Amino acid sequence: MPVRRALRPVRRYWRILARHLTRYSAPARRAWRRSLQLRVVTLTLLASSLLVGTFGGYIADRSAEILLKRAEDNARVAMDNKVEYALKQLTLYPQARDPELPGALNDLVNDLFDGEDAARGTSIISIRAAHHPDLQAVAVPKVDATDLITPEMISAVSGDRGGVNMQIRTAEINGQNTKYLVYGSPVPTRFGHVELYYMVPLTSEDQDANLIRNTVLATGLALVILLGLVAGLVTRLVVTPVRVAARTAQRLSAGLLDQRMKVDGEDDLALLAAAFNQMAANLQRQIVRLEEMSRLQRRFTSDVSHELRTPLTTVRMAADLIFSEREDFDPAVARSAELLQAELDRFEELLTDLLEISRFDAGFAALDAEHSDLVPIAERVAERLAGLAERVGVELQLNLPDTPVIAEVDPRRVERVLRNLVGNAVEHGEAKPVQITMATDGAAVAITVRDHGIGLKPGEERLVFNRFWRADPSRARQTGGTGLGLSISVEDARLHGGWLEAWGSPGEGAQFRLTLPVRSGDRLVAAPLPLIPRDRNAEVNS
Amino acid sequence: MRARVLVVDDDPALAEMLGIVLRSEGFLPSFVADGERALAAFRESRPDIVLLDLMLPGMSGIDVARAIRAESGIPIVMLTAKSDTVDVVLGLESGADDYVVKPFKPKELVARMRARLRRGEDAAPEMLTIGPPSNQITIDVPAHTVSRDNEEVKLTPLEFDLLVALARKPRQVFTREVLLEQVWGYRHAADTRLVNVHVQRLRAKIEPDPERPEIILTVRGVGYKAGTG
Repeated sequence: MPVRRALRPVRRYWRILARHLTRYSAPARRAWRRSLQLRVVTLTLLASSLLVGTFGGYIADRSAEILLKRAEDNARVAMDNKVEYALKQLTLYPQARDPELPGALNDLVNDLFDGEDAARGTSIISIRAAHHPDLQAVAVPKVDATDLITPEMISAVSGDRGGVNMQIRTAEINGQNTKYLVYGSPVPTRFGHVELYYMVPLTSEDQDANLIRNTVLATGLALVILLGLVAGLVTRLVVTPVRVAARTAQRLSAGLLDQRMKVDGEDDLALLAAAFNQMAANLQRQIVRLEEMSRLQRRFTSDVSHELRTPLTTVRMAADLIFSEREDFDPAVARSAELLQAELDRFEELLTDLLEISRFDAGFAALDAEHSDLVPIAERVAERLAGLAERVGVELQLNLPDTPVIAEVDPRRVERVLRNLVGNAVEHGEAKPVQITMATDGAAVAITVRDHGIGLKPGEERLVFNRFWRADPSRARQTGGTGLGLSISVEDARLHGGWLEAWGSPGEGAQFRLTLPVRSGDRLVAAPLPLIPRDRNAEVNS
Repeated sequence: MRARVLVVDDDPALAEMLGIVLRSEGFLPSFVADGERALAAFRESRPDIVLLDLMLPGMSGIDVARAIRAESGIPIVMLTAKSDTVDVVLGLESGADDYVVKPFKPKELVARMRARLRRGEDAAPEMLTIGPPSNQITIDVPAHTVSRDNEEVKLTPLEFDLLVALARKPRQVFTREVLLEQVWGYRHAADTRLVNVHVQRLRAKIEPDPERPEIILTVRGVGYKAGTG
């Protein structure tokens, strides 16, 4: 395992590097994920760079090749002429030791050089005789051309099977680096052969090739940039309406129902805008219709309320008057007056509760939240119901905190919920104690109302909150009640962003828990009191 | 002396029934059935208290309350079929001192009216001051006048009672329930919004900046107290 051990630090550094990379590239990756335009432009740039680079490179290479080929051809033709001329001149000398030969070689080289085009730069012409060491190599102009004529070339030209040879070399001539096309050819004479070397500078070909390469590069670069711009522009054309659509949709969902997109022309984007606008118009129509319905419903509720309550007030006052005079009537009329009075109370309660429920149904119920101390509210509820509790033999046990429990609630609604819960507990408490417990954890307040009566059957924990639901339809009601109390309480709790839940078990009683957020609008996460009472197990054991 | 009551209600049966009950309780009722004529009837009958239905033909009860309030501080008790927050608060803000929700028990209504009419019994000479030194309010209790910088501030009797209740015990924090009992005469706690709305109205009249009160301070979660600086 030594390899693995050795790799360990490497792997560690790699991990650190990867982490850094992840962190610093996060903004870029986010932009990449979010911007379609950025993605399209980047991909276009990459693809077009690749394409333009390949084609540009090919064109530049091909041009350089063509230029070189032409230079080679020209040099070859010139070389052939020179070899022919040299051949003519050198036939006069049968022997290498001829004393006039070096002079003749010199003159020959000069003659050959005279035909050169000076404008093309400095060509070099050199004659050597590899097989005749006595003969000095001559060159015009008088430069050291040994760097250009390599020993390999010499042997290739002057060997037994020697022939025309060509190579390209760069050497320092006259103090500057120049690229030369070097041609070498044997010149047969009567004393064996000498070698003629013709060196043509490739300066102008190089310059031309460079010019072509630069032109191709510049054009390619411009092309890539232009393509990127075009891609950006085109995506912008498409993305802008999409962004506008997104923004308009956001505004619409924020409730600005009048928002529409501008329809330009007849293209796909105009189609998008038109479809979008149609959708918005339909939505608006639906919403306005629903609002209108809700408004009518509210209006109806309010009207019914007023229209029913006014005659009921009159009836109520008349009944009160008759009720207070009932001693003067005969027993049947007196009892009727009492029944009238009692049933009017029930009727009134039912009407109030029905109107309250319809107000919730119409979405008209408003939370009137203020900072309130919940302890006195609970005490007040207990105090109000003490009379009823005493009548049915139920003891109300309050288990409230000593310090104020301040929460942002609607005190009238909370009081109504508690009145309902405690009233129910007293009614179903079977003359056993009812405990009211309150606790807070800073974020939520919970109030539980526990009775030890007949309890709830499995599944009834949810049914109790249904409208007009009764545990046992045959069972006589003691306190009356409208059958809407718990339904209203649930709505009240919901309006606060709170919970109202029930637990119960046959024979063990029931517990209701109201949980409210301390700050209005906060989301509840947990309740400070358990729904299933702690005393449950103890009770089962005893 | 029998108190004169102006009943503004468009329902003839209810008005007649109210008349029977009020007469039997020792009031002198007069009636008007629509909002348009309510103000003229008010000027003519010069009542001690007004019973005002919120929903009226012609001028709405809220406008009638505003019109009466503009020229008089006499007690107004609204009769309302709506217990919706908005309606009740709107009625109170437009000048009503108290309200009863239909259907009400006759005894409850009479108790509310008596509570509004019961006043001027404690006429002991008493001068109270309230507020920080820079911003002091002087209350002449028997004369029923309130002044700031020697300039009289017009308050309705109810607002006056509320201010006196707070000023008499400057260091005490009053819960809304206690104020309801002391000022409105509710024995059991009722709608605490009565207190909220009237405190706001009172602040609008006596505070230099009602948004940042200095004379009647809110004690969050508890109630109100007088500012002493």
